[in-house]
Amino acid sequence: MTAIDQGATQPLTTTELAAVRADFPLLERTVRGGRPLVYLDSGATSQKPHPVLDAEQDFYLQRNAAVHRGAHQLAEEATEAFEEARRAVATFVGADEGEIVWTSNATAAINLVAYAMSNATLGRGGESARRFALAPGDEIVVTELEHHANLVPWQELAARTGAVLRWIEVDDDGRLRAEQLDTVVTDRTRVLAFTHASNVTGAVTDVRPFVERARQVGALTVLDACQSVPHMPVDLHDLGVDFAAFSSHKMLGPTGVGALYGRGELLEAMPPVTTGGSMVEVVTMSETTYAPPPQRFEAGTQMVAQAVGMGAAATYLADLGMGAVAAHERELAEQLLAITEIPGVRLIGPADARDRLAAVSFVVEGVHAHDVGQVLDAAGIAVRVGHHCAQPLHRRFGVAATARASASVYTTAEEIDVFRESLGTVRAFFGLT
Amino acid sequence: MSTAMEQLYQQVILDHSKNPHGRGLVDPAGSGASAESHQVNPTCGDEVTMRVEFGTSASGDPTVERVSWEGQGCSISQASLSVLTELVTGQDVTSGEHLASVFRELMSSRGKGLDEASEDALGDAAAFTGVSQFPARIKCALLGWAALRDTFAKAGVLGDVSSTDGARTA
Repeated sequence: MTAIDQGATQPLTTTELAAVRADFPLLERTVRGGRPLVYLDSGATSQKPHPVLDAEQDFYLQRNAAVHRGAHQLAEEATEAFEEARRAVATFVGADEGEIVWTSNATAAINLVAYAMSNATLGRGGESARRFALAPGDEIVVTELEHHANLVPWQELAARTGAVLRWIEVDDDGRLRAEQLDTVVTDRTRVLAFTHASNVTGAVTDVRPFVERARQVGALTVLDACQSVPHMPVDLHDLGVDFAAFSSHKMLGPTGVGALYGRGELLEAMPPVTTGGSMVEVVTMSETTYAPPPQRFEAGTQMVAQAVGMGAAATYLADLGMGAVAAHERELAEQLLAITEIPGVRLIGPADARDRLAAVSFVVEGVHAHDVGQVLDAAGIAVRVGHHCAQPLHRRFGVAATARASASVYTTAEEIDVFRESLGTVRAFFGLT
Repeated sequence: MSTAMEQLYQQVILDHSKNPHGRGLVDPAGSGASAESHQVNPTCGDEVTMRVEFGTSASGDPTVERVSWEGQGCSISQASLSVLTELVTGQDVTSGEHLASVFRELMSSRGKGLDEASEDALGDAAAFTGVSQFPARIKCALLGWAALRDTFAKAGVLGDVSSTDGARTA
């Protein structure tokens, strides 16, 4: 189940791209007085294709029932759809199906690991969970590149356990300074949490040295794969991380669902976090034994239709071939990087398309990011403005806010042209030359 | 650019954002009360620190003697701070509080504006009518006013007419 067919490494052809776009009705709409929409905010959330919407609707129209309980035919079919979706997602990221836990989003996935470690620290989970326990003076290492979702839960875990939070810095290109692994990650390090691809700088992390260093010191690795999974082939077994989190809504799937990947033997040993129905084995009035993973971490009624949608999204991307998706987006990245030729535009992130996403964050000298976004919006172009849930990283670059244009599989070269042209008018609009 | 854009970025707003009044925190000079407020807009990271010195009018009511501030943000937030500084300096605190309420009303008007008397009272601040058509920008315009109301609350200068919706309602 773990081999990933990366598909062709040639970009999508014009015909293929047109077929992809035809699957996304929203891309046809106009905004702000009849202008064609140029959606360059896929880093925040992606649009959804018909096959995903159909899968969700089909579930409700034809197979809706409670999963993992009930012996009637609908219950069987609903359970099969739910677990088939898990298999599709697992296969898509190079994991075994038992290693994928549904969560409400990627933030919840990271918090699940952090709170499980908290529970282990309190002695929950018995002897086998001791490997997740933290003691005062233990260290948790994160990076300056992180989204708040992969920073704040670790700050909180450190505060609850007396562990010390340390971090790897970024260089002036917005890439992680992997050479700091040798000094920042020590024998006291218990967790190394880092992003696979930055939602701000677009830099893609070379995971290998992180995993190697963590293994040397016996630390657990937690990978934020939200920005990588939708845009490049990701094989979690091959990467060798212990945990990974990614969200459905950034990979063409519905909101309300995400996934936690955990290496099989780790999930097996990890104590539960949210407790209640559906995650138990035997319950008496005084105590409870828990179901094996992944159900142990899926208390209560699950987001079944959304999970089915996420499975359909994984299948949709797998059918396109992530090699082709990545090649297409690499071309878009090169095109996006040409914004540095526009006077007054400063890129926050690597200036070359190697190991980077088709997502560019930038500032326009003399114009606040909000105002940049407003001018682009008037031309029908949707970009993100603000700190993109990465305040420390923005502080590192001495800016409070940036604008970010981020592409996805459905983005066209023509759209990037429209964006660049419009970006070139921003300074003039505010009377700057 | 579209009409909505012209309404949003009125010349008076662009002028104020380029040459803002009151920028640069000033140490309190007199012996009167003063208060400071720090406000942030968590969605975009804009922030302002405002310092207000209070005085007393001939009739014994608290007045706004001086407003100074340091902040970073978009043209809308910076222009709004500038206009606010001009508008409330020298006014009774109760007038300042009233203007803050009227400005909030303006921001809720979805681009329609207010009656003539209210807009007259707002002076340059009436130019922000266009902002109310853009829900994402209303917080930018209200950032400074939230700081002003917070200084009133902190200095305890509002007496009986204290704001019911607090200073952090932006």
